[in-house]
Amino acid sequence: MSTPYHIYPCGDHAVTIELGDGINAAVNQNVISLFQYLTEHKIEGMKDMIPAYNTLTIVYDTSLLKKKNPGIPVYETISAHLQKAAGLANEKNAARARLIKIPVCYDPSLAPDLVSLAETHQLSVDEVVKLHTARTYRVYMIGFLPGFAYMGSVDEKIITPRKTQPRTMVPAGSVGIAGEQTGIYPFDSPGGWQLIGQTFTQMFDEKKETPCYLQPGDEVQFYPVSIAEFEKGKNT
Amino acid sequence: MSLHIIKHGLLDLVQDAGRYGYQHLGINPGGVMDSIAMHVANILVGNDPSEAVLEMHFPAAEIEFEETLLIALAGADLSASVDAKEIPVLTPVIIQKGSVLHFGRKQNGARIYLAACGGFAAEEWLGSFSTHTKVKAGGFEGRALQKNDRINLKEKQQPVLSADQTAKIFPWRANVSDMYREHSFRFIPGNEYWSLDETSKHKLAKETFVISRENDRMGYRLGGVSLQMTATTELISTAVARGTMQLLPDGQLIILMADHQTTGGYPRVGHIITADISSLAQMQAGEKFSLEQVTLADAENLLLKQQMDLQQLQNACNFRLQEYLQR
Repeated sequence: MSTPYHIYPCGDHAVTIELGDGINAAVNQNVISLFQYLTEHKIEGMKDMIPAYNTLTIVYDTSLLKKKNPGIPVYETISAHLQKAAGLANEKNAARARLIKIPVCYDPSLAPDLVSLAETHQLSVDEVVKLHTARTYRVYMIGFLPGFAYMGSVDEKIITPRKTQPRTMVPAGSVGIAGEQTGIYPFDSPGGWQLIGQTFTQMFDEKKETPCYLQPGDEVQFYPVSIAEFEKGKNT
Repeated sequence: MSLHIIKHGLLDLVQDAGRYGYQHLGINPGGVMDSIAMHVANILVGNDPSEAVLEMHFPAAEIEFEETLLIALAGADLSASVDAKEIPVLTPVIIQKGSVLHFGRKQNGARIYLAACGGFAAEEWLGSFSTHTKVKAGGFEGRALQKNDRINLKEKQQPVLSADQTAKIFPWRANVSDMYREHSFRFIPGNEYWSLDETSKHKLAKETFVISRENDRMGYRLGGVSLQMTATTELISTAVARGTMQLLPDGQLIILMADHQTTGGYPRVGHIITADISSLAQMQAGEKFSLEQVTLADAENLLLKQQMDLQQLQNACNFRLQEYLQR
């Protein structure tokens, strides 16, 4: 990995490595490569990894490592390992990107912001749907809620800021846009994204070994379904 | 063998040391707010330090013991009693079958922990017994305890107990006073600390902060002091951790606690050190404190010191418990 990077503490039990600036597929690819590399080459004392747009954060067990080597600063040890791993990780580690197709019903009855969003951009509803389904999106990161995938980037013609007044309840399965990002609410939750559709695909199932449908680094494509297909899918 | 909830409290949850290894999926670790209290309550009854415990808030649950059990309370002091007999915190107590544990007036702290010898037969989800209320998994049916719930104990050999009275209080008490702080918490600067303006950096070090009413297991919003960045830069979401102090757009700080989100986009001006998180977990709305900046090396050493103290306490507990239970 030749990208310049910067490592900093995120408290006394986590360290972050920043691999570039902004929301950028190439930078995020490096984040995912490093995440995959460290999944296979675990650092002793590592408890968690949090990939984000341009950063990877490692959460570690300070007590365990400090008890083992009281004289050595834990942060120094972990960041040295991280620095080394960043040098070794490469795109081969992220070759496992999956393409996942997700059905979305864009019927206005399930998409409370679709009409106003189309009007804002002087587009028809059909044009918005076409633009939203035309692209393959990258899952940059998962955060906010268990299984909430931040995907991007949407066509610039439909980039729309979050709602000024977030809703107190957004139904699970709602597909939204926030800025250049698009995402799916895995749970009923408060939220401020512009809601343009709904999927019946269950984004989170706590009974599964991997409870989240999407993972960082996945490629996602949406395809439109009718309200009848949506209802049918929801009931199966 | 079970504990019968006669009356539930404000928020009674089964928690352990937390669920790690899933933050890349947005699954926050959760776990107890006050890990020292969990640790101490467990070692007082001879459990593993991170065995699942009951975390209760004020008012706490009323609990009937359907079996004679060795328990210990730690954390807040909510005036526990059994049949009008006062039950001290930080002390092993044998409670006889059929007795009812009540809690009364709040003496201090925000959360009390109950550990039972042998541990609770809680539900495991992704390697942890912690209750994840959003996902509704882990702990006790993934939710807070309700009236008439029965929480079972593991089918494990209970030590030979003798309780000729309703409650038998062991004649010793764990001393944890050195592990908790009350009026000042230590922090290390966060990545965006350097973007605070000079006045704000000064305020952070000198002013008094107050815990606002908006405080829960996700985080504590602070009042009393308003801070500013030199420039408003749009940050993109990145990881946050327990203890992270985020600066909200209104200039107030929020300190992230056990149920925090895994990522966030607000400036991280600092991080409360792990050694002081348990103390913070016992703070209540309206209580005041100041902040003291330390280095990362200090933070690590302070945590090590605390862990060594807990280890020492555990050794002493094991020794005394053995001696006492054999009698």
